[in-house]
Amino acid sequence: MGSNMAENHPVGFQWVMEARERGAKVIHVDPRFTRTSAMATKWVGIRPGSDIAFLGGVVNYILQNELYFREYVEHYTNAPVIIDEAYVDTEDADGLFSGWDPEQGQYDVTTWSYEGMETHGAAGQREEGYSPKGEQSGHGGHGGGLKHGEPPSEDPELTHPRCVFQILKRHYQRYTPEFVAETCGVSVEDFAYVCEALVQNSGRERTSAFCYAVGWTQHTVGVQYIRTAAIIQQLLGNMGRPGGGIMALRGHASIQGSTDIPTLYNILPGYLPMPHTENYGSFDNFVQANVAPTGWWGNFEEYWVSLMCAYFGPEASSENDWLFDHLPRIDDDNSVYWTLEQMLDGKVRGYIVAGENPAVGNANGKAHRLAFANLDWMVVRDVVEIESASWWYDSPEIESGELKTEEIPTEIFFMPAATHTEKDGSFTNTQRLLQWHWQAVEPKQDCRSELWFYFHLGRMIKSKLKDSQEPRDLLINKLHWDYPTHSAIREPSAETILKEIGGYEVESGEPLPGYKKLKSDGSTACGCWIYAGCYQNGINQPARKKPHWEQDTHVAPEWAWAWPANRRIIYNRASADPEGNPWSERKKYVYWNGEQETWEGIDTPDFDETKPPDYVPPDDAKGPDAIAGDHPFIMQSDGRSWLYVPQGLEDGPLPTHYEPQESPFDNPLYSQRANPRRQQHKDADWDPYNPIEGEPGFELFPHVLTTYRLTEHHTAGGMTRSIPYLAELQPAFFCEVSPELAEEAGLENGGWATVYTSRSAVEARVLVTRRMKPQTVRGRVTHTVGLPYHWGQRLLTAGDTANDLLHAALDPNVHIMETKAQTCGIRAGRRPRGKALTEFVESLRAQTEKTRPEPEETRKT
Amino acid sequence: MTSIMEPSGVPAGYEAWGDDQHARVGFFTDTSVCIGCKACEVACKEWNLIPADGQDFLAQSYDNTGELNSETWRHVAFIEQEKPLRADDGAVGLRWLMESDVCKHCTHAACLDVCPTGSLFRTEFGTVVVQEDICNGCGYCVPACPFGVIDKRDMKSTANMGHQPDLPSFLGKKEDGRVWKCTLCYDRLKGGHEPACAKACPTKSIQFGPLDELRERADQRLEKLQDEGWNGAQLYLRDPDDGIGGAGAFFLLLDDPEVYGLPPDPVVTTAFLGQMWTNMAAAAAALAVGVVGGFVFGGRK
Amino acid sequence: MTFPESTVAKDRYAMGLADLLEHWPVVRQLRDGDPLGLGPAVQSQRSKTLTPRIDEAEHVVQSICPYCAVGCGQLVYVKDGEITHIEGDPASPVSRGRLCPKGQASRSYAQSPLREYKVKYRRPYGTQWEELSLDDAMEMIAQRIIDTRAANWQDKTDDGKPANRTMAIGNLGGATLDNEENYLIKKLMTGLGIVQVENQARI
Repeated sequence: MGSNMAENHPVGFQWVMEARERGAKVIHVDPRFTRTSAMATKWVGIRPGSDIAFLGGVVNYILQNELYFREYVEHYTNAPVIIDEAYVDTEDADGLFSGWDPEQGQYDVTTWSYEGMETHGAAGQREEGYSPKGEQSGHGGHGGGLKHGEPPSEDPELTHPRCVFQILKRHYQRYTPEFVAETCGVSVEDFAYVCEALVQNSGRERTSAFCYAVGWTQHTVGVQYIRTAAIIQQLLGNMGRPGGGIMALRGHASIQGSTDIPTLYNILPGYLPMPHTENYGSFDNFVQANVAPTGWWGNFEEYWVSLMCAYFGPEASSENDWLFDHLPRIDDDNSVYWTLEQMLDGKVRGYIVAGENPAVGNANGKAHRLAFANLDWMVVRDVVEIESASWWYDSPEIESGELKTEEIPTEIFFMPAATHTEKDGSFTNTQRLLQWHWQAVEPKQDCRSELWFYFHLGRMIKSKLKDSQEPRDLLINKLHWDYPTHSAIREPSAETILKEIGGYEVESGEPLPGYKKLKSDGSTACGCWIYAGCYQNGINQPARKKPHWEQDTHVAPEWAWAWPANRRIIYNRASADPEGNPWSERKKYVYWNGEQETWEGIDTPDFDETKPPDYVPPDDAKGPDAIAGDHPFIMQSDGRSWLYVPQGLEDGPLPTHYEPQESPFDNPLYSQRANPRRQQHKDADWDPYNPIEGEPGFELFPHVLTTYRLTEHHTAGGMTRSIPYLAELQPAFFCEVSPELAEEAGLENGGWATVYTSRSAVEARVLVTRRMKPQTVRGRVTHTVGLPYHWGQRLLTAGDTANDLLHAALDPNVHIMETKAQTCGIRAGRRPRGKALTEFVESLRAQTEKTRPEPEETRKT
Repeated sequence: MTSIMEPSGVPAGYEAWGDDQHARVGFFTDTSVCIGCKACEVACKEWNLIPADGQDFLAQSYDNTGELNSETWRHVAFIEQEKPLRADDGAVGLRWLMESDVCKHCTHAACLDVCPTGSLFRTEFGTVVVQEDICNGCGYCVPACPFGVIDKRDMKSTANMGHQPDLPSFLGKKEDGRVWKCTLCYDRLKGGHEPACAKACPTKSIQFGPLDELRERADQRLEKLQDEGWNGAQLYLRDPDDGIGGAGAFFLLLDDPEVYGLPPDPVVTTAFLGQMWTNMAAAAAALAVGVVGGFVFGGRK
Repeated sequence: MTFPESTVAKDRYAMGLADLLEHWPVVRQLRDGDPLGLGPAVQSQRSKTLTPRIDEAEHVVQSICPYCAVGCGQLVYVKDGEITHIEGDPASPVSRGRLCPKGQASRSYAQSPLREYKVKYRRPYGTQWEELSLDDAMEMIAQRIIDTRAANWQDKTDDGKPANRTMAIGNLGGATLDNEENYLIKKLMTGLGIVQVENQARI
């Protein structure tokens, strides 16, 4: 679900096909019948934006029919934990959880806690408004208050009305098969098929896996989509076991790596939080605010200090608090759409874009291009001249007259980049595998790697500022920036940087074997604690390429290196039962060897190697020692997986069905229509939203719009629209519509259609196909218009940009936009050109009377 | 002696290789696992450095290649059907068939029979290959092919290619004019490598190997699919007794060949050539059949 | 250097080249038992000596596909400093030598006819690209960062809390880059007090 694996990960899909040939059931739940659906045992066509209703229905089916994996649920999840009595569920408050503050538009999460728990860190920092925002921050168990890793109140019988299990049961009891059918536009029979298949293929002997991609993340309630699958997988006992899990199919070569070693605003390497502007008072207080008393986040200080030693070398010391007082601070969502808004306001003056094409790839493309015209300077690094480099002379806004080249002040540097074949380095793939690629040829002329660009840029800046006494220049001058270079162009050594990432002993320079060796006294340096050990024994572990046929098991541990500790399945202690025995011979993976008193198996055990299954932590235990021997989820402060999330999420402890920002329907469950916590750009005019039902102009945008990729192209097209052999395979921007919609709108196969929203209008060739199925939802037929988003104004195949149509309302946890379910109108023929295009879109907006509805949550609550 | 007039199970010219002969190899293309990714099309072009084929949006499902021709030696057909994938699976009633088509490397290959220059020949692997240094572009082979595979290239050999380090600049500036088709990667076979398309294929829909083994594998595969109730599963060109003596590249289809744009019962267009010696009129008629056949199947879009 | 290949072909089809016989085709037809001239008798000189260009590579480099995050293994064949071919690396337990159309087109990506090899510069209000040396471009970019940062530095927030940052510069991109590159980007930007560092993880 939420993924089109055959099309977007074709080579990974070989394993799915192999499983199908060996009898596995492959189910594809997706709005479109895609190349994945064509290969599946079963396709279920679901209405875009209704996945939580569907998955919540599965949860309900499992609970109502008592089909959960009792032993797993009781021991490994937080099902028995009793929740604070102040907690109020959406089912009892018409779509809002307790703690909703309509003024602030956010939740006070204190009532979501475990009963009897201090919800705040010892130093109490969080109470004063510090809440880590955004992707991955908080990551599990930062929460304090647990003594020896156990929640204060539990009911192992799972019958207490306020235990997680019972809350869960009540929360989903209205998600009946009939509700699912009505809301998602599927049949009761198809839904039952999915439920039965999942249940029949889970348990001791069997496991089921979910594969998802941005079809789940790109919603205003995206994180909760994935959470719902996580609840199912916990109830069925499918986490930490071979053939189970939830597979995030990521779409860029190192998008996993660029999250682990983040080029993200809110985290530092290894998911350490960027410090907040909050006045911590001292470094110790900062540590206290972030360290978890129990679980692996108990070693927060070790990870932090080692990172600072990698960043600043000998300049960081315990005397200067590892330079903590000089680090930059964040206090807001500083993600890409926030930056866009700042850019439109003229607050951002310079922008560096490296290997990304936001003019095509980001929602509301027009806003991005207009924003670029507000910059003083911009650097674009790519292998071809992408739309984000050429916008100042050939963008749609130049055509429409909204921008005039000679009036744009932005100074632009286009810097030709090197390809993967022209540099050494590692990518982290979608299963956390660091894989090294060796340089094959020298980059030509001015082409350079990002490694070269940023290293020499930093070197030049440091050199220019070296005598500065300005306080602002202290940190950059202390930055450890000394890497050996090679070849005529002075390319920095990628292996040296990998060694810094993997960690080393400061005094000897010896690479570290793993994160357990990290110290908080400055004796170890490590650029990313979860990658610690990737250079152990002085060997470039990601570059290990032992052929799979020379390895003993299918796990193939000597091919590349997985973080952490070369573990291929995390939380794999859950592949054994509470006593440490494999759940079944068939699913044997990691287990306790009572004679040797050690965990063993075909993978690196994700547990203290010698901690026995019957280990009970003493009352004063801290950190990893506070996790019991039968609690596999060691990153969590209670060692359990969370069916119910007491903290760390912005929009609720349990996933709830909300309609997308734009949808043809209201919410069948609540008067609260959409996620109340979603981020909208309410005070700007660049992101108008289509009206919802009952608002003027609703009928202008009656269809659901969804965007996606094709096998033949890659994201915003810079790496594929530049290749003749790929351009010819998908040579035009097109829209996919059902024969029914084609008939209704007068569209001809192969002809042209104009698709429009409040943001813009684009033209696309028409592909009429039965694979787009009209859906009947609550008695109403709805059509979906499908648009691949690879095209822009340039390169070998050019076309309008689907993202120009999209608004940028965001998921509140990770600030990801809702590309998968918006609304639109469609008509036959090509779009208006030049000035007429702007006029056309303005006329649409005029018909909606008020272009921006009052947020309905304040209206209705 | 093998004769083109008396088709037998052995490809003409193959036995003449004597000690240099290798086991006859081919492709078994199993469409039941084809995901339509077109890796085969690209792998073929990348290996053989074929000029780009031009950009036409065809509005035929996801097929924008259209056909096999001089610039496309692997072509993935996409067929959308309102039919269940399996006979007992009444609920869906929608399936999307994908099939990677290629030169069939016929046992009895009319293109080879009619080639007057010896450009087309039977290799030591039993495959049919155009020798680009011999072909003079006469084009006799084009209508002879019952599948419309072989095609003349009208463009310059170096056109639209960017810089290709080792593309032969054949005869410099004149129009190409020669015929081109799948060689079953003759050069790769000589080096002991499997053909590029088969190597790339993510799901092993394209399988390469000795023809005997492939036929055996295909029979087992068909049996499995039939047991599982797959709708319309059938082997195409696997049978050595068919009109072309069986193909070196054969297929497992999920519907009748016509659905994929393939001739249902192809016959080597030179099958009746023998009568030419005794009946010129019959020979002329046979030739006409060949020409018409070439148009019928070659014109497939 | 050579690599094992997953094909059955290696042993079965590897061969030495037959002795080259230069004869008139008709003679060869008769002598070779190929009277119709359909097989060996008409084999051209080129066909006889044909060698796959991957066998002529000077070196082969193990690489990883730059497109999606499956991380398929690639073999990059190089001759005379140019990539002559890229295909799947059979040794990879992830991909087993297979590639999708994008991965298979990686050579064409690196050698795209649209590939840019020179720095291009557009001055404020300029109407066309201008040439600029790489050294000058680097010097100018370094200076722009220093100046913009100095002019837009926040020691403290409006309400007096520590900030140590500039909100006037952003850096976008990373998911298509190497881990080591991402590491340097975040490290440098943090050192410079630039916090608006983002990548494709959100798109």
